[in-house]
Amino acid sequence: MLIERIPGQTVQGHRPAPRVIVSPETWRTLTGELAEGRMTLFGLWGEADKVHMALLQDAEIVVVTIECRDGKFPSVGQVHPPAIRLERAIHDLCGLESPDLQDQRPWLDHGRWPIHAPLGAAPVNDAPAAGYAFLAAEGSGLHQIPVGPVHAGIIEPGHFRFHASGETVVRLEARLGYVHKGVNSLMRGANLERGAKLAARVSGDSTVAYQFAFARAAESALRVEPTPRARWLRAALAELERLANHFGDIGAICNDASFSLMHAHCGIMRERVLRACGATFGHRLMMDTIVPGGVAVDLTPGGREAVRALIANIREVLPRLVTLYDNTASLQDRTVRTGVLRTTLAVEYGCGGYIGRASGRDFDARRAFPYSPYDELRFEVPLLTRGDVNARVWIRIREIEQSLEILDQILARLPGGPARAEIAASGRDSEGHALVEGFRGDVFVALRLTAEGMIGNAHLRDPSWFQWPLLEAVIERNIVADFPLCNKSFNCSYSGHDL
Amino acid sequence: MRRTLLEGLKTPLTERAPDADDAELAALAAAVQNASAKTLGRSLSIRHVDAGSCNACELEIHALGNAFYDLERFGLRFVASPRHADLLLVTGPVTRNMREALERTFAATPAPKWVIASGACARDGHVFAGSYAIVGGVGDVVPVDLYIPGCPPSPNALLRGLLAVMRGSAAR
Repeated sequence: MLIERIPGQTVQGHRPAPRVIVSPETWRTLTGELAEGRMTLFGLWGEADKVHMALLQDAEIVVVTIECRDGKFPSVGQVHPPAIRLERAIHDLCGLESPDLQDQRPWLDHGRWPIHAPLGAAPVNDAPAAGYAFLAAEGSGLHQIPVGPVHAGIIEPGHFRFHASGETVVRLEARLGYVHKGVNSLMRGANLERGAKLAARVSGDSTVAYQFAFARAAESALRVEPTPRARWLRAALAELERLANHFGDIGAICNDASFSLMHAHCGIMRERVLRACGATFGHRLMMDTIVPGGVAVDLTPGGREAVRALIANIREVLPRLVTLYDNTASLQDRTVRTGVLRTTLAVEYGCGGYIGRASGRDFDARRAFPYSPYDELRFEVPLLTRGDVNARVWIRIREIEQSLEILDQILARLPGGPARAEIAASGRDSEGHALVEGFRGDVFVALRLTAEGMIGNAHLRDPSWFQWPLLEAVIERNIVADFPLCNKSFNCSYSGHDL
Repeated sequence: MRRTLLEGLKTPLTERAPDADDAELAALAAAVQNASAKTLGRSLSIRHVDAGSCNACELEIHALGNAFYDLERFGLRFVASPRHADLLLVTGPVTRNMREALERTFAATPAPKWVIASGACARDGHVFAGSYAIVGGVGDVVPVDLYIPGCPPSPNALLRGLLAVMRGSAAR
């Protein structure tokens, strides 16, 4: 076990496993192990005077903490690149410095907030950051293409800086943070009810995944169990969310390859999923359906039939859509061998979701940490190794099929009883973390609750943190015109990342 | 295969146009309908701006293009540049990091122009109100002509609002 060999002071109130406060030496040792690929970085976040790091090894997650007595901590990103942006975000939000990190540019702080380091010990309003230096590319005939933050389509805002040689992308660098809303600050001091509402609005396409992870983290900290019926309904919500997003994105990927017929049909299927959700749970995107202790909604009368009808319709239509996708040479010409993500990079970054699984990283939180009811469900985790746009589409197709299987089992075995358990404050400080497999990948939530049951600190880590940097690697040597295709096949979250 | 799939689209899925039955919406729409109808006739080019939303609003705006809502039949279409737009459809609380982008997008839109603030966040910041990272609602940054409620507004609510701007409830 990882936890047994990490020296330090254990914090027993942290669930499901203790948190370990480590020395700078141990921190550096662990950082070195990350760089050697012996563990996976699963999260890195700060508070006013400390930095936490979540580590994944085999089927174990350990959270370690370093106290930053002089406002500094040893850099993780300098030896393990997946941590770089997380570390820059820690500096922006908490004011903690990692002096040995080479890239000291701000990340979320664009110099426009009235305060600096809002999560820090003493938020200061110092001089705003001036300008932003993008990484350079040198060579004859290179030109830059700046895109965003306002994009041409109906999507979230962010800036992409391309360096191109003719049609070929030499370097892409993203600048994010435009939709930073200060969720961590808003969480502090909030009660669990408000916390759940905020969690539901971290990333609208993953509202169920975030509510699910938030609720489980709170339950873990408070050592309470949701009711059996709630656990199964949560999985139904999560799988419906997966279906809606996979249909929407498969269609949008094909649309970015100018094949609008698939887009039209997938749009119909997505709408049918959303309507079934609306009919079954009262909200098309299923916001505010999950709360600590259970679920806030139960199946409406006729809800079970609505989901059954949806499943039957998808089973009828999907094979024809798959045939259309697979037999259209002009479409395959765009998706096959485009935007290849190598397995080594996917593993190094701990890249989750369909992006990782299309590149041979065999990880799915539902199987690696089988939370209820997935421990009682039969399903497969599709895996491919090609890592191109086509592989990412295929993973999603296979995941649609698996979600249908899961929904079948849930409808057949849904337990009775109440959908919500009462929860009460524990009377002492408590901590918990939880992991949920959203459509995009693993959503990780770490919570500290006060004795009164209020939120002391909250960290919600989107899978996009470990996916956005890889988009930049994937687009290299592809043509500019294939960027939308690559980008859509990743479909990283802006809001979930910027928080 | 392709023929059968195209046949699938022949059966109309498209819904009847929604009535402007919301009293508050009708009142707001009355204020802008005369000018917009005179200037625009039966066509409206829309530029969407996400000023800080959680992306739920965008998902439902996307749905306007599917076969059920088919917004182009009303003469409504989304355009890629504010230079081509009559109307800005703005979502989200306005974050401090997006304020300038929204102001510049508004400035780049030729007059006469309209602004719809879409969704609870766009009205007053909703759950994000009070954050250091938030300016407030859309109306705190650019003048707003119509507000569409919802979290997120459903495609039908969006259609009602857009149609209200274009033709006004009185004409019905």
